[in-house]
Amino acid sequence: MTTSTSRRLVLTRSAALVGAASSSLLLTEFAQAQSSKIRVGLMLPYSGAFAPLGVAIENGVRMAINEQGGKLGGREIEWFKVDDESDPSKGIENANKLVQRDKVDVLIGTVHSGVQMGIQKVARDSGVLSLIPNAGVHAATRSLCAPNVFRTSFSNSQPTLALGQAMVAKGHKKAVWITWKYAAGDEAFEGFKESYTKAGGTIVKELGLPFPNVEFQALLTEIAALKPDAVACFFAGPSGAKFMKDFAAAGLKGKIALYGSGFLTEGVLEAAGPAADGVMTTLHYSDSLETPRNKAFRLEYAKTFKMQPDVYAVQGYDTGLLLIQGANAVKGDLSKKPELYKAMEGAVIDSPRGKWTMSKSHNPVQDIYLRVAEKGENKVIGVASKALADSGAGCRMG
Amino acid sequence: MDFVNFLIQLLNSVQYGLLLFMLAAGLTLIFGIMGVVNLAHGSFYMLGAYLAWSLAAMTQSFTLAIILGTLLSVLFGLLLEWLLFRHFYKRDHLDQVLLTFGLIYVFEETRSILWGDDVHGVNIPNVLSASIPLTETLSYPVYRLFMSGVCLLLALGLYLLISKTRLGMKIRAGAFNHEMTEALGVNIKLIHALVFAMGVGLATIAGMVAAPVSSVYPNMGSQVLIMCFVVVVIGGIGSVKGALIAALLVGLVDTFGKVLLPQVAGMLVYVLMAIVLLYKPEGLFKN
Amino acid sequence: MSDSQAPLETLPRSLKILLGAGLLALAAFPFVGTDYYVQMVTRMMILAIFAMSLDLLQGVTGLVSLGHAAYFGVAGYVLAFLTPPGEPVSLWWTLPAAVGASALLALVIGFLVVRTHGIYFIMVTMAFAQMVFYVFFDNKALGGSDGIYINFKPEAILFDLENKKVFYFFTLALMVLVYGFLRRLLWSPFGRALAGIRVNEHRMRALGYGTFSHKLAAFSLAGALAGLAGFLWGAQSGYVNPELMGFHMSAHVIMMVILGGMGNFAGAIVGAFSFEYLLHVFKDLPAVGSFNLGKHWQLWMGLFIVALVILAPRGILGLFDSLLKGKAQHHD
Repeated sequence: MTTSTSRRLVLTRSAALVGAASSSLLLTEFAQAQSSKIRVGLMLPYSGAFAPLGVAIENGVRMAINEQGGKLGGREIEWFKVDDESDPSKGIENANKLVQRDKVDVLIGTVHSGVQMGIQKVARDSGVLSLIPNAGVHAATRSLCAPNVFRTSFSNSQPTLALGQAMVAKGHKKAVWITWKYAAGDEAFEGFKESYTKAGGTIVKELGLPFPNVEFQALLTEIAALKPDAVACFFAGPSGAKFMKDFAAAGLKGKIALYGSGFLTEGVLEAAGPAADGVMTTLHYSDSLETPRNKAFRLEYAKTFKMQPDVYAVQGYDTGLLLIQGANAVKGDLSKKPELYKAMEGAVIDSPRGKWTMSKSHNPVQDIYLRVAEKGENKVIGVASKALADSGAGCRMG
Repeated sequence: MDFVNFLIQLLNSVQYGLLLFMLAAGLTLIFGIMGVVNLAHGSFYMLGAYLAWSLAAMTQSFTLAIILGTLLSVLFGLLLEWLLFRHFYKRDHLDQVLLTFGLIYVFEETRSILWGDDVHGVNIPNVLSASIPLTETLSYPVYRLFMSGVCLLLALGLYLLISKTRLGMKIRAGAFNHEMTEALGVNIKLIHALVFAMGVGLATIAGMVAAPVSSVYPNMGSQVLIMCFVVVVIGGIGSVKGALIAALLVGLVDTFGKVLLPQVAGMLVYVLMAIVLLYKPEGLFKN
Repeated sequence: MSDSQAPLETLPRSLKILLGAGLLALAAFPFVGTDYYVQMVTRMMILAIFAMSLDLLQGVTGLVSLGHAAYFGVAGYVLAFLTPPGEPVSLWWTLPAAVGASALLALVIGFLVVRTHGIYFIMVTMAFAQMVFYVFFDNKALGGSDGIYINFKPEAILFDLENKKVFYFFTLALMVLVYGFLRRLLWSPFGRALAGIRVNEHRMRALGYGTFSHKLAAFSLAGALAGLAGFLWGAQSGYVNPELMGFHMSAHVIMMVILGGMGNFAGAIVGAFSFEYLLHVFKDLPAVGSFNLGKHWQLWMGLFIVALVILAPRGILGLFDSLLKGKAQHHD
């Protein structure tokens, strides 16, 4: 039988514990005093397979802002970061951490298209300025477009829209398409299908494997049996290197031409080795772009971060440039939304990829380059498509 | 699908199945003999892959990496058994599930701290990097034949160990009735430690050998773990023979499923499991 | 969780007082907390319902299911399929539809799975949940790996669920209802039979109980209640994806039940709240030097779980109980 003293002791101690726990939940919100700093929230993958992309994007953003003195419209910046782990199931929750809990003025994110949909929902519900530095999911600048959402990267079908014509021009009229079965893969296929069939090509078969599976063996066997002129694909990250290596190991290299949306060869050429030589891709950027702007950017980035920049770093950099232009136009007062959006809509971004502008649905209108991988470099051999814009179909803005 | 293609896909299935067998064999032995369910078994596979990558980079020799890696993993297995698992043989399955789930997190994060989160490739040693032309378009990588060879050798070794040696006899006796075995003077604690280390070793070797083919990336353990469980369920807990047959079945269903029925490929293996369980609720082969 | 130690079926009075205080705090919270935290606590309550449903299966009947999330996720998906993209759908028929779907799925899978025992049961429940996961993951028509968005919360007419406070109280009411229902069930003849099955199934069968049908009923009921939680989750977050049915979700809910203390449903609530709160704390840990403690929250979580299994197998409520009993012996 418990005595009253011991019972009281347990009760009071546990009440104290519960009290401490709940007050810590409330205290954090009181601590957010009014400040004159602009709150910038970064929602990027800092862990998992896309971690290097997240780091490159953040590097790019910071470099652009530091080049202009480290302030936005004259105001100091307070940074907030959330690791989205490339997990779509936590997308909304993570976005809300920045928007509702940390009350950021601008949300920069993210890489994975599935996670982006979560950010899009929060952005549309809350009206926060949302800048997309990578995720190419169509809906963000099509059916779910919004005046406060801007993208500085690409839409998933843009690179492949430029691929079809290039392949047919080289005489490769029968192709097999292969990718992961998720939004980015499906949308990349959309662009490929449209451009390839329009140019006169035939898609022999469409192969898919679950994301992020890299067991290609069975499908490579299937490709060999189909004997197409070429294979076109979309893979991003180190899985691209693996695909090229497996393709070569299966003896297909040299017998069947390999093409891809440019992400296939971005940042992975060293890992892929000779298996990548001769692979042709289309992308809105290339390391080897011989323009003074790109050369200066690459030098500065390498000096600052002790690594080579890639397309993700460029996209982050351009996001910083866009934000600066907008903030300057409203002299740092991001609450002046109509003026802010107008400035961003009309911005001309002097990017390492070349100058580009915003489409009506807030996606870049940009040149897509045709590149061939050679000895660890993506050599630009031409412009596959000039000033290509995303259709923006279903966007009810402007 | 023509005949040649069918044969090649069959070869692919067998290769995948044999790899699964390496993992499932360890899991089923540990279940069958010590009664421990180990959700962290996939982490050993991941450990093997990361060891292959870092040791190969350090020593510049894939062979040396495998030898070192196997030694390290067996030591790790012994340590883990002595420190933790040994105390859970008599505990509830629920406790074991919980413990090993916590371990998955610990292993995954330790890997993240030690080796980072990037995805890595492991290079196939030159002597094994050729491809054998099979049709006018398709060649089969020698390395995959090597993988199947290693798995087969280990499978044979396991079979010989368990059924033809004194140690194997003691292991089987311990599984059957460990109090009696202990009473007869067999050091059952040592047997358990050895079996556990063997299970860990098999899983790690699987990871090491598969690394060049599957790449080395975070979370690679959890994907293979579930397949492993399915194989053990279909084959029957504790039965190594069952694990082999089930692994080959799963390899077949998975490979041909991906090619013939891509819409349902992901769930075909579970349908197979459901069918097996309807007729044999304890798997194909009871121990 | 060893069978030899009886779970805390009867709560000591001091614990009851504490829980009552907790309920009052919950009722008052929306008036002092911000939107972000009101949503967080709502989420905790939804998970508490999920945990209680598993407690019926695991704590009371002794069936360890590693695939309980399947029934949680399916209900969320039912809401997603029934909600058109441009307008809300009525709460009053979608809620029963979703719960019914989960119950039906649990009945079908249960029929195949309840015939197995011990370790087989654990693995087979996991494998079937994975199957359900892949059905949704592999099929674009069902949303695929990217999931489906629910753009409008269900319409209740009598009250507005789009209002965060209203949704909070709706969830709180449901949580209390489920708790009351399950406690009544625990002491009913059906509940006593389930407890008997946990302690010794052979004996129950010898006494003439149809253990298969009892277990199947428990499995289906647990699935239905998990569906209730899943429906609320889909409605609150506005998004469903296959991870809701995944292995990690199933493992998390097991941990919540164990963390709190099994077999009395109050533990499930305590466990859900504590687990979510711990996750929140671990994820927000600051960086010490160049080592970001928060980034590696999984390590702290993993170590915590390992410590829990070794040191506090009866969970938080079990600890309280031991503390009280210990003090009593000390004073006597």
